[in-house]
Amino acid sequence: MVQLRLPKNSRIRTGKTWPKPEGATNLRKFSIYRWSPDDNENPSVDTYFVDMDTCGPMVLDALIKIKNEIDPTLTFRRSCREGICGSCAMNIDGINTLACIYGMDEIKGEVKIYPLPHMPVVKDLIPDLTHFYAQHASIMPWLETKTSRPAKEWKQSIQDRKKLDGLYECVMCASCSTSCPSYWWNSDRYLGPAALLHAYRWIIDSRDESTGERLDDLEDPFKLYRCHTIMNCTKTCPKGLNPAKSIAEIKKMMVERTV
Amino acid sequence: MKFVTDRKLALGIGSAKSGTEHFREMKRSSVALLFLIPFFVFTFGSVIGESHDVVVAYFAKPFPALVTALTIVIGFGHFKSGAAVLIGDYVHGTTSNLLIVSVNCLSYVAMAIGLFALIKMSF
Repeated sequence: MVQLRLPKNSRIRTGKTWPKPEGATNLRKFSIYRWSPDDNENPSVDTYFVDMDTCGPMVLDALIKIKNEIDPTLTFRRSCREGICGSCAMNIDGINTLACIYGMDEIKGEVKIYPLPHMPVVKDLIPDLTHFYAQHASIMPWLETKTSRPAKEWKQSIQDRKKLDGLYECVMCASCSTSCPSYWWNSDRYLGPAALLHAYRWIIDSRDESTGERLDDLEDPFKLYRCHTIMNCTKTCPKGLNPAKSIAEIKKMMVERTV
Repeated sequence: MKFVTDRKLALGIGSAKSGTEHFREMKRSSVALLFLIPFFVFTFGSVIGESHDVVVAYFAKPFPALVTALTIVIGFGHFKSGAAVLIGDYVHGTTSNLLIVSVNCLSYVAMAIGLFALIKMSF
């Protein structure tokens, strides 16, 4: 049954307020979710103040500055710092996005940072994405062929290749899936927008020869049809992709093969 | 402790190989209700406040009777399918199954009562 309130040991308490940097005049307040599996405490929200005169423009710049100069225990994932790896996905100012490409000038007032919603937390801003990745693997995100391997490459027309635009760019950051209420309530059975966008990417690939099997695997009241076109996925995608459209296209193909 | 791989958890017990017909049925009934509900509101609304005899005589006419019958059948069918999805979203396990069965029964009973009343007025 859906839970309307956080479990007792997950309720957030007020955390530590870290001292303001000395001599700074251009300060910005950051409220950041903290939780560690080691200390058996409830999660808290710590308050930090960052000198914006010596900080880069992106939220990730501020997080790195906090970690380097204020609190080395603050834990988060990051790698490419340019929106390609998807590591630094988190909930910033109420929006699931990538900290490396989200500018602080887009936020009014204090900057509130939480981990991606409705996922188990490993530590601080790091969600456990094990199940999310397993769901991605379950849609067989690779080329499936039955014809003998050609001497050179599997050929594809320019027009067919264009159909993959807006799909292949997905970096699997999980922002879309963790913004979806259907995924919050039924992530054990519903594949979620990210996995379904990838499924569609292989369904419409002109080189793939398992289109029917792929559609068969998705035809399920939960795996696919738990999408109710809420569109949070499309609204939040930091890469500007449209997972809701991909899901609608899969549903359309499901109907087309029955009429 | 269960030693189950993440992949096995993600795959679950596989695809039910159903859902498309339910999806189509919801779309079909939605489109039908888009037209039926305004007709029903205008036919039903035109006799509100009238005497019993006038209402009975009105629903004995073919057009109001057919619109009402279609609205009852398609409306409660749509309710049954939609409520099943709603319950599936928020309630899980045995409770979900029991609630879906209850809603199905409620829909069929409401449909039967509506049709019985209409037939009684029409003949």
